[in-house]
Amino acid sequence: MKLTKGKINELLTQPGCEHNHNKEGQTKNKSCTQQAQPGSAQGGCAFDGASIALVPITDAAHLVHGSIACSGNSWNSRGSLSSGPMVYKMGFTTDLSENDVIFGGEKKLYKAIAEIIKKYNPAAIFVYSTCVTALIGDDLDAVCKAATNKYETPVIPVHAPGFVGSKNLGNRLGGEALLQHVVGTKEPPYITAYDINLIGEYNVAGEMWGVLPLFKKAGIRVLAKITGDARYEEVCTAHRAKLNVMICSKALINMATAMKERYNIPYIEESFYGIGDMNRCLRNIAAFFGDEALMVRVEEIIAEETAKLDVALAPYRERLKGKRMVLYTGGVKSWSIVSAAQDLGMEVVATSTKKSTEEDKARIKQLLGEDGIMLEKGSPEELLRVIEKTKADLLVAGGRNQYTALKARIPFLDINQERHHPYAGYVGMVEMARELDEAVHSPIWRQVRKAAPWEIWQQEHESLLNLEAE
Amino acid sequence: MTTVLNPQKSLSVNPLKMSQPLGAALAFLGLKGMMPLFHGAQGCTAFAKVVLVRHFRESIPLSTTAMTEVSTILGGEDHVEQAILTIVDKYKPQVIGLLTTGLTETRGDDMGRILKIVREKHPELASLPIISVSTPDYKGSLQDGYTAAIESIVATDYGPFASDEPPTVSMKPQVTVLCSSHLSPGDVEELKSIVEAFGLTPVMIPDLSRSLDGHLEDNPHTVTTGGTTITQLKQLNRSCLTLAIGESMRKSAQILEGRFGTKYEVFPRLAGLDAVDAFLWRLSQILTSRCDHHFPLVPNIPANLQRQRRQLQDVILDTHFYFGGKKVSLALEPDLLYQTAWLLTEMGAKIQAAVTTTKSPILESLPIDNVTIGDLADLEDLAAGSDLIITNSHGTALSKRLQAPLYRMGYPIFDQLGLGQRCLVGYRGTMQFLFDVGNILMEEEAKHSPATLH
Repeated sequence: MKLTKGKINELLTQPGCEHNHNKEGQTKNKSCTQQAQPGSAQGGCAFDGASIALVPITDAAHLVHGSIACSGNSWNSRGSLSSGPMVYKMGFTTDLSENDVIFGGEKKLYKAIAEIIKKYNPAAIFVYSTCVTALIGDDLDAVCKAATNKYETPVIPVHAPGFVGSKNLGNRLGGEALLQHVVGTKEPPYITAYDINLIGEYNVAGEMWGVLPLFKKAGIRVLAKITGDARYEEVCTAHRAKLNVMICSKALINMATAMKERYNIPYIEESFYGIGDMNRCLRNIAAFFGDEALMVRVEEIIAEETAKLDVALAPYRERLKGKRMVLYTGGVKSWSIVSAAQDLGMEVVATSTKKSTEEDKARIKQLLGEDGIMLEKGSPEELLRVIEKTKADLLVAGGRNQYTALKARIPFLDINQERHHPYAGYVGMVEMARELDEAVHSPIWRQVRKAAPWEIWQQEHESLLNLEAE
Repeated sequence: MTTVLNPQKSLSVNPLKMSQPLGAALAFLGLKGMMPLFHGAQGCTAFAKVVLVRHFRESIPLSTTAMTEVSTILGGEDHVEQAILTIVDKYKPQVIGLLTTGLTETRGDDMGRILKIVREKHPELASLPIISVSTPDYKGSLQDGYTAAIESIVATDYGPFASDEPPTVSMKPQVTVLCSSHLSPGDVEELKSIVEAFGLTPVMIPDLSRSLDGHLEDNPHTVTTGGTTITQLKQLNRSCLTLAIGESMRKSAQILEGRFGTKYEVFPRLAGLDAVDAFLWRLSQILTSRCDHHFPLVPNIPANLQRQRRQLQDVILDTHFYFGGKKVSLALEPDLLYQTAWLLTEMGAKIQAAVTTTKSPILESLPIDNVTIGDLADLEDLAAGSDLIITNSHGTALSKRLQAPLYRMGYPIFDQLGLGQRCLVGYRGTMQFLFDVGNILMEEEAKHSPATLH
């Protein structure tokens, strides 16, 4: 794949993504094409995004062609779990030296690929270009092609050097690599009438394992997981699914739209968070297949699971009722967590809309009601201001904001990539309730907010002390 | 003498090494009111930030010039300028640490020229120190980047005192203490209190003990709230001696000698009875050497340190049973490797394998025949049969595969608490190390003892 400006623009302005339509539907929304601002930009680069999208393929080796920062500072740090192979957790890098920068790194890369195949025999190798190797012009495609031919192991180039853009774009570039080199290269051993792909679910904290049993019970087969706990081969066969289910993210929407064009596979967007969303997800899939028996099975599962949940959640609902939450997260989660929180009787007093589409925003408005605050910006200062203003009991946000909350002595729950607790599906709901309860009702808050006895004494005697000073 | 093996490999598997910019940022974070600025793509900063946040469990101020494809081709001047202006406007730092990355070094951005232009265009920034350092990712490791940043910090001229900023006056003699990357915030804190106990005023460079130690402030903040101050850096000429802790600090000490004529001494390590004895003995002579030699002062070692020394001797006695003859394999950066390997050897343990990240003269004096500049896969090959592995958190998987316990040292450590305050230097820190490791070795022995087998 040649990484041209045209290709990048195409990825940034996916027609299926509502980010691209502002209210009048005339001009493009800026949020996707906007460049990072020097001095104030936060967050990862395209290489980071591509790794997030592809590293969850557990039986593949992931080789970073670049200097040490890209791999050395980041390997082994993502929360995607595996039910088997562990080769995806290893850090492979060409660790470019000054000499390589001057004379080129292609030979080194070829040798590195050969060594991985010999020693670790992975199902495939994903080779990531990075800023330095893109800049010096190493021909990744040629090296990968030569290695694939020689060793008969798929070696896939991923063109997502950090400087081309954000993490989000990197996700899509990762998807492009799958579309071009992986999807459609193998036939599944067998197919069923109810084959689906899950797209954009990375099995963070093992979240997927709380949901897969539900599909199995209903008789829906997940043909390919793209890419949480995936094996390389299942992604190869993804083109034979009947339906693509995009989970909680528009990050890989280019895959869904391309697969619709190429293989005529329709897609729907669903969420696994909250009772309502999980119910809707199962019902929508069943409705898509239009099979009476399937719909009945799904209704049975929903009835059974929600009944169980009502019992499990009862004590938490009691304790969390009326607690006020400020939510700061991206995109779909900004409303899907709102409904999950409301399931628990909590009040969401503010939520972010920074990465939300118009459709997301409309839903948020409906869910929050009149007094709800929609946060456009999410600087730490702004978050703290809103928390103070709304007298919120806790902040629910991504790990990056953890210390914003804790340093201000405010209860915090991590909702994004890096967390260790699975919140998806019905079982995840209980986990989330437990974590929210722990966060809000921990006995520590009184202690960390308490002034020292001498500070209290000083405050009480301030007038006296001032008098003395005079 | 130790042979340094530096195999030229095409593939690094499970890297031990972290990047120079990350090291430089860490050093910069030991200055007060600091905002480190990475000149590179935004990912360079994001990755470094994640590493430091997970290690210290602190919010870490770092920023980026957010280089793009276009600016990479056309040059990054505008991005540097815009980033500095935005940072000054938003965060109001007292000092900026500007560091390069692999991207901008490959491009060849001339930082001296860029900064000169920014300075000329913006006279309003005249009083803001900007410390610039070159740290390409494709050379060296965290320790090298950290060291380069310290060299820049001590080489920078911070100008005269501002009118509203009076120089601090102290009757006590001032010493400059250069702290290598192997010292944690807790180590720096201990070191500082030891130096103070001898009636001296230490200027710690950098002072991580005030910025990354983990403490609650009353108000939210966006730059470091503690660390070496610019005022302290302006009066480095007053120090009567430079104490360089860690071999990597030698060149920085020489820079100070060149600028101010300050004599220096290098202490390659500060753990273990001999090393701490020598350090304290030297400290005690700073005061005695200043008195009239007709009326010599008796060297005065603070009572609590004398007491700690006797405690340490007792701890050495108690713990040596578990160390004797044990085979230990280490993968650490050079200064930390040197300190740890010698301490273990002094306790009767054997160093089975040593892997490190980068070249250093100190590697030639390790208590082992060979040291490999390599990665954790090298350690795994060499460490089979060890009783203990010492490396960072990435060693968890290999320690399981080798069925040897892991003691975590170095960067990053993301699966353990208290890294902001852990102290492993001085008599007290040595005791802590012997307890930590001794307990691990004792537990291992218990696991394999006949009593548990039956």
